[in-house]
Amino acid sequence: MELIRPDFGLLFWMLISFGIVLLILRALAWRPILNAIKEREKTIQDRLDVARKAKKELAEIEFGNERIIALAKTERANMLKEAQETRRQIIEEARQEAREEANKIMEDTNRKIEARKKEAEQQIRDQIAGLSVEVAEKVLKEKLSDDQKQKDYIKSLVDEITIN
Amino acid sequence: MPHLSINKSWSFILLFCCLFVLPAKANSSAKSGNFLSDKAERQKTEGHNTTPAESSNHNETDAASKTSGHNDAASESEAAVHGESSDEEGLQPGKVIMDHVVDHYSWHITTIGDTHVSIPLPVILYSKERGFFFFWSSKFHHGEHAYKRFKIAEEGTNKGNIVELDEEGDIKGRPLDLSITKTVAGVFVSIGLLLGIFIPVARIYKSRTKKPPKGLQSMMEPLILFVRDEIARPSIGEKHHERFTPFLLSVFFFILFNNLLGLIPIFPAGANTTGNITVTMALALFTFFMTQISGSKHYWKEIFNPPSVPWWLKLPLPLVPLIEFMGMFIRPFTLMIRLFANISAGHIVVLGFFMLIFIFGDMSPIAGYGVSVFSILFTVFLTLLEILVAFIQAYVFTILSALYFGMAVGEVE
Repeated sequence: MELIRPDFGLLFWMLISFGIVLLILRALAWRPILNAIKEREKTIQDRLDVARKAKKELAEIEFGNERIIALAKTERANMLKEAQETRRQIIEEARQEAREEANKIMEDTNRKIEARKKEAEQQIRDQIAGLSVEVAEKVLKEKLSDDQKQKDYIKSLVDEITIN
Repeated sequence: MPHLSINKSWSFILLFCCLFVLPAKANSSAKSGNFLSDKAERQKTEGHNTTPAESSNHNETDAASKTSGHNDAASESEAAVHGESSDEEGLQPGKVIMDHVVDHYSWHITTIGDTHVSIPLPVILYSKERGFFFFWSSKFHHGEHAYKRFKIAEEGTNKGNIVELDEEGDIKGRPLDLSITKTVAGVFVSIGLLLGIFIPVARIYKSRTKKPPKGLQSMMEPLILFVRDEIARPSIGEKHHERFTPFLLSVFFFILFNNLLGLIPIFPAGANTTGNITVTMALALFTFFMTQISGSKHYWKEIFNPPSVPWWLKLPLPLVPLIEFMGMFIRPFTLMIRLFANISAGHIVVLGFFMLIFIFGDMSPIAGYGVSVFSILFTVFLTLLEILVAFIQAYVFTILSALYFGMAVGEVE
């Protein structure tokens, strides 16, 4: 048989057998195989999508958590700051109040002292006045025991007044 | 496209091989030509009106004389396939090589001494006058005998084919020959393998849905995915590729299995199927008809009235449409030739290196043994190369078919 001469019998068998094989393999092999592969690929793709979505959601949740934590932190800081402020204020107020109270007490006391002082001064003055009147009485009694002395004294008094 | 670049580099190697093959082939064909004319002359001198019975008788004596002498390795070589052998002319490497590459009516395995070990194959003939004939090819006794006025022609245009004889024993012509020849049997073997592998694999797929591949399934899956994702999808396009993928898979694995089986020298492998032009022709015909059947309106318009071509190339003389129309047939024709030439060339080169052993062995046995070391090394190298070629050619045939389908459905330009 020749190398490059097609042979009818062989062509006949080849066309028939290969044609049948094409049909058989398509129905019994390639269709099931390709479908199975496709299905599996779809499943894998679906799973991957689900995983990606879950990851995204998780990331979102995590992000939310972080935000909440950050918020809580700032809130806490604010609260602390506020509390500190309040404390400071309270102390300040208390101090102020105390100062005021003290001042008031001081003033009161001062006033009382003043009043006492005046009273005492008055008493002293009265006493002194009394004493001086007594002393003057006594001195006068003594000085004006004679006329000369009376005259001298009145003269000195008059001098004083005129000088003034 | 990365595949193309791989393909290109290997095509250089193939080209390199072809440079080796061509001189060898020319040489061998010249030798076999000489042999033919020699034989014809010899027969002329012996008298051309011998009856078939006498001629077969002559063959027997010829064979008997052969037993006495010539018992070295060369006689064991399959040079003796066709009874009439190389007694007077010595070893004919070209003839031996061609005998291995072309088709036969029986599946020859080996020749031990003078006993041909071969598997008989069914011969199916239809003669216009005498009707159908079914018998085993063993009836021909390796081409030595005529049977029921049929005979394997030893020379002429029908050399190697069964011819019908008239009452006088002269060749009348060829009957309709639907014999299961060695190549048909080889195709059946690979078809059996194809079905025996992929139907169970499909069953595994059905039973293990949505599970990772296992066993034979995981061995075949990369190839299946390769055909689908690297050949069908990019060449045909996303929309239509699913329609053609089963065909492309069948063609790919058929060619691949046949190429690989052709490299195994022992029965039931070893038939030269994809290196036979009729087999590749049948494959190319499938591609051709599938292309034309699935051709879209756009595809036919591209052929008979291609737009974007100036009118003067179409109107008085339809030059471009003519070229396009021829291209329709040339494309599958190149598919046929490419696969056939690559595979048969590979076989011829491997056989050529083997024949070197016997050529040198004919000169002196020592030279034969010496050369055998290098021959075997080269044959191993070439066989490895042929395994690669087996894959490449299956790939090339499939991707080109896919490209033609892609052109026909008109999605990919």
